Amino acid sequence: MEQVIRQTWAFMFRGYHLTRRYISWVIVFNFYALVTSATVALIGVAAQDFQLTLTLVVGALLWNFMATLYNEIAMSIAYERWEGTLEYTFMAPVSRLVHLAGISLFSLLNSILQTVIVLIGLLLFTNLNLRGANLPGVLIVLGVSTIAFVGLGLMAAALPVMSPERGAEATHIFQGSLLLVSGVYYPVEVLPRWLQPLSAVSPATYTLSACRKLVGIGNSASTPEVLVGAPLSAVSSELLILALMGAVMMPLGLWVFGRIETWAKRTGKLKRTG
Amino acid sequence: MCQTDASRIRMECRSTQLLLSFPFQIETVSTLASCFRASFWGDLMTHLAIEVCNLRKSFRKRNGFFKAERFWALDGVSFTVARGETYGLLGPNGSGKSSLIRIVSTLLIADGGEIRLMGHALPEEQEQVRRIIGRVSVDAAFYKKLSARENLLYTALLYGQKPADAEIRAIKILERLGMEDTKFSTPLEEMSRGMQQKISIARALVVNPPLLLLDEPTTGLDPKSRRDVQAFLEELRDREGTTMLLTTHDMAEAERLCARIGFLAHGKLVAEGTAAELKDKAGLQSLDDAFIKLTGEDLKEDEEVGEAAELEEV
Repeated sequence: MEQVIRQTWAFMFRGYHLTRRYISWVIVFNFYALVTSATVALIGVAAQDFQLTLTLVVGALLWNFMATLYNEIAMSIAYERWEGTLEYTFMAPVSRLVHLAGISLFSLLNSILQTVIVLIGLLLFTNLNLRGANLPGVLIVLGVSTIAFVGLGLMAAALPVMSPERGAEATHIFQGSLLLVSGVYYPVEVLPRWLQPLSAVSPATYTLSACRKLVGIGNSASTPEVLVGAPLSAVSSELLILALMGAVMMPLGLWVFGRIETWAKRTGKLKRTG
Repeated sequence: MCQTDASRIRMECRSTQLLLSFPFQIETVSTLASCFRASFWGDLMTHLAIEVCNLRKSFRKRNGFFKAERFWALDGVSFTVARGETYGLLGPNGSGKSSLIRIVSTLLIADGGEIRLMGHALPEEQEQVRRIIGRVSVDAAFYKKLSARENLLYTALLYGQKPADAEIRAIKILERLGMEDTKFSTPLEEMSRGMQQKISIARALVVNPPLLLLDEPTTGLDPKSRRDVQAFLEELRDREGTTMLLTTHDMAEAERLCARIGFLAHGKLVAEGTAAELKDKAGLQSLDDAFIKLTGEDLKEDEEVGEAAELEEV
């Protein structure tokens, strides 16, 4: 057990020191995330519609969290390929479960930190008032949806194992598609009819829908001064779907990763490139 | 164990409990097997660090958009390495050396044949194998922004070791390799190729593996660094009895470090023996000339073809 903890810590240790060494890029990315979120939120401010502003702020914050989590996990393998260290990680006596758990844990902490930074930044641009919102409920929904997003990230992380450059490209296409179909800034009903079925398979759709209800968006009783957030029981269907998605996507992600790793070892694709 | 190739086995065991320091030769395994009881045979087999039998690995090489042709990187390679022995594999680029090391490192899965490391079969027991191997490759792949200390501690943690113990060991290794401890906190991107390679060796050794896989560890090093590394490897072999599988282009290095040498060409092991035996076999004075005569090619030959072929794996 002690060994497993050390091995999990190895990925946290690596992530922390890489973040420290690339701190200027971390600042740039956080600045960019804040600016894009503020730009979106200001559309609501301009419309003088607090419900719209809240919809956009919640969308921006949640997307920031989910996209960072997904992206950090999905790109972790691509980073290792670019550094040339992937072979050494794969040679180490670390189970793939511990390896990916370590990566996911660091990604989760990173995502939380970045989302908090964006939230604090947004307070400078908007008169956000979350009094009355069911924030503990939001945290529960985020916790449950994290499992599904980690699963998605693991599946995407396998792509750079197949091909470093094309794999990284594919993870971004996948991420962009999630942004499009999940109703981050608009209701999914406005999507073309042929695209709407895709929103049903995205965990982000249910996360956003549940969090908006819990914050009190769409509730006519909510006012700019006091929001009327829904109780957790009101989002039980979304929670159930997210839990099911997590239960399927997490093991599926590990399975897909394992299959692709074996395939890469048969075809020589783990070789250093880039 | 490969019975068909058994007669080729010749072992020079240095640090085994059973065979102590006596040079021990086995001309034919079948004769030996009939002489000793099965239990002894079992003991003898466990004194082999590496057993490779009829190993085959092919890659598909793209030839136009739709066509792909198969070429054999390894074509029926068999050899054994005793515990504590240093075995050298010599061959030009594209001869299959790196593919072999990558199979032994659990990074590549062979198409056929058998391979056992300290009795553990690959790929079935790769988890156990990973605990006993360390690898130094020609390209010192690190997190270049991180310091030597951070890279080595990361490796130690990855292997489940206590960071404090690993740090002490890493410093000792680097001191022995002639590296100042003031460089320990310097990002690797600011270090020379020679220093990076020394860190690479420290990384492989910080987890104290009984089996070291060295894929051209001194390629690109200046003469001083090369001597430092070679002296360190000799010391490691003599003091700790570490088994080493070394691939190199450098004949002098192979002669200095290896008890036995195998010549690899076009994926086949074409000759094997001590440096003296190989020279005798070829009837020539230098290992370089013996290599050319026994393999029919120069070490530099096929360099571009080999590299291109490996890059085009599909």
